Amino acid sequence: MTDRVGNAAAPAVEMRGIVKRFPGVVANNGIDFAVRPGEIHALLGENGAGKTTLMNILFGLYHPDEGEIRVNGRPVRFDNARDAVRAGLAMVHQHFMLIPRFTVAENVILGAEGPGLALDREAARERVAELSAQYGLDVDPEAVVATLPVGMQQRVEILRALYQGGKTLILDEPTALLTPQEVDELYSVLNRLRESGDTIIFITHKLREVAAISDRVTVIRRGQTVGTRETAETTASQLAELMVGRAVSLRVDRPPAHPGEAVLVADDLHLTGSQGRAALNGVSFELRRGEILGICGVEGNGQAELIEVLSGLRRPQRGRVLLKDQDVTATGPNRRRRMGLSYIPEDRHGRGLVLPFTLTENVLLGNVEDPPFSLGGRIDYPGIRTLTQRLMRAFDVRAPAPETPAAALSGGNQQKLIIARELQREPDALLAVQPTRGLDVGAIEFVHKQLVAERDKGRGVLLISFDLDEVMDLSDRILVLWEGRIVGDFPGGRVTRTELGLLMGGRSLDEHAPAAD
Amino acid sequence: MALLTATLRSAAPLIFAAMGGLLCERSGVTNIALEGFMLMGAFAGVAGTWFSNSPIVGLLVAITVGAAGGFVFAFWAITLRADQIVAGTAIVLLGLGLTSFLTEQIWGQAGSSPGVERLPTIGLGMNVLLPVAFLLVPITHWFLFKTKPGLRVQACGEKPEAAQAVGINVAKYRYAMVVISGVLAAVGGAYLSIGDLSQFTTNMTAGRGFIALAAVIFGNWMPWATMGAALLFGFAQALRFHVQALDLPIPQDLIIALPYILTLIAITGLLRQSTPPAGIGRHASEG
Repeated sequence: MTDRVGNAAAPAVEMRGIVKRFPGVVANNGIDFAVRPGEIHALLGENGAGKTTLMNILFGLYHPDEGEIRVNGRPVRFDNARDAVRAGLAMVHQHFMLIPRFTVAENVILGAEGPGLALDREAARERVAELSAQYGLDVDPEAVVATLPVGMQQRVEILRALYQGGKTLILDEPTALLTPQEVDELYSVLNRLRESGDTIIFITHKLREVAAISDRVTVIRRGQTVGTRETAETTASQLAELMVGRAVSLRVDRPPAHPGEAVLVADDLHLTGSQGRAALNGVSFELRRGEILGICGVEGNGQAELIEVLSGLRRPQRGRVLLKDQDVTATGPNRRRRMGLSYIPEDRHGRGLVLPFTLTENVLLGNVEDPPFSLGGRIDYPGIRTLTQRLMRAFDVRAPAPETPAAALSGGNQQKLIIARELQREPDALLAVQPTRGLDVGAIEFVHKQLVAERDKGRGVLLISFDLDEVMDLSDRILVLWEGRIVGDFPGGRVTRTELGLLMGGRSLDEHAPAAD
Repeated sequence: MALLTATLRSAAPLIFAAMGGLLCERSGVTNIALEGFMLMGAFAGVAGTWFSNSPIVGLLVAITVGAAGGFVFAFWAITLRADQIVAGTAIVLLGLGLTSFLTEQIWGQAGSSPGVERLPTIGLGMNVLLPVAFLLVPITHWFLFKTKPGLRVQACGEKPEAAQAVGINVAKYRYAMVVISGVLAAVGGAYLSIGDLSQFTTNMTAGRGFIALAAVIFGNWMPWATMGAALLFGFAQALRFHVQALDLPIPQDLIIALPYILTLIAITGLLRQSTPPAGIGRHASEG
């Protein structure tokens, strides 16, 4: 029975009843998943639903405690990634596993260089060029990977997967770092692969992508398969409900804004980054009360530096920062906080929380000097405990007690705690950086509602996010940051993804051909 | 002419150690242990020659000791994941302590060994190892840039997790490069003790291992440029023996200090932007 090689009816990959337990958690609790040969199959689930564990099992990095894996109908047992590659599986990693200083050809052949001791670069170059042409990937084999844009680097990963004989490609959150145009190009590459008979597993938590590219979709929630659907026969809200387990509103409810006077002003900010090139190159904007100002852009275009300058962690080489009409360019973060600036950092574990501290202690952070937290130098712990309890209720932070260490909370609850701490200060201006990164749909909904509520209380909210959908859904005004400059300024709702995407990729709107969006 | 041969003679041991260090660092292991390997090699060369009356046997003993030292360092730095700087420092201190101790134990006198027979010379005061050192440079270049294992070594040094993702055994390649660096540095040490001289003296390498490392950095981890840097340092050392003859109006102390000053400049990267292997000192994740 196991001799039936390449049975046409058999799934390209089938995983049955997969269970994987880790100390304290069951990551996969009975997952069934079957991919037909030649289809694009989306694996949809929230962060923490068990997608990564499942793929690590498929790639032999973990052994399942229960369940069975079949490739082309034959039961398999992989001990490492090499076995999986030999069986025709190939992974395109979310964080590219490429060597920046190597050329494309060197990266593609690495680990599968062919026989002999000497390296045959010429043969490698030809083979890579051939494959690139065959799939229309348009990659120069001689280019050094570090000089390529992100979308191109991803194609190098795909090229390598094909070179190494992959017939079933697994793409892990492949759009995370791409501009919308690059996403479209990725989709056409994937369609070409499907046409030539390859099978694709597309891991994502974004509903839009499921609809755009997949033939079928399997939804997993809390380590279990909740269903497999034909993509054409389902809707985004049905999928969202399957993924979250309850009905969620996908659109942010946002009444019109009533912007007031400017509360935070960036005036011609210049800053040299770590690499010696300009990270900020004359950034100017005004954040007004009662508006959400969204800044979109591809990661690494000056967002991190801008936030450091605005929050007071770094001083710009040129330019000024005004907070409530006062020049705070040379003012440190603590003083700015007390003047009415709150900051929800991108990195919950680095800048947001002290993980081993209790919730109460984390609420205290940054507030130690002010009443009601302390009086005459003495910290009022019972009072803060009461406050923490109140915040936990108000912001739906699910934790056993205020004494629980922050490390014990889920990402969503940690983020809610940070937001609670920052908002209870009743700031005039709020810096929210990637406020929903890595959160599940339910928590994202909550955070978005909070930001809109702050706006409606007459506060200025600056939203910096790499998630274009988030910026478009929430912002009253949208700025595009590219190479340390503001290259676009639009009223919210009056600009398309395509237009923003062009600017994010450093192109101009003149190149924009009318496209369905 | 005398200055030229003196430069070559001073540069050769640096090139041995530097090529070892270069390969080791290219694989992603910071190697400040070179000094320790050199000293062990210098001692082992003399001890082996003294017991066997054959400098060839002495050289083989030095190679063996260098390989063993490299293996110990690799075990600490790769298998046990110790901090590579700390592990390297330990090797340097071990080399200094062990060779001083054994000098006293074997020959009953502190400070130096008795004279032993030297390796054959090829004229102009140059011994047989000297051309070998210069031959190592194209070999290293060829290995690193023209062979399969060379490409893999570079991958391990640039981004170990990426190497691992394509099924390369990072630890294996790093072990091999560390052991080779131990062997080459030890040969560089033996060059000093049984090639140039004919005895071992305490701390006779006098920082040459560190200078070799500086040459690697100076040469931007490229074999030919590293050889150039080693020649520069060799020239600075050779100058010391010729400064009186040349009658330069420079204080002698400054000339003696010149190689070390150059080293300082090299490792602070003052002269130009250097680009070390990106994954140096980083372990590949497990699994």
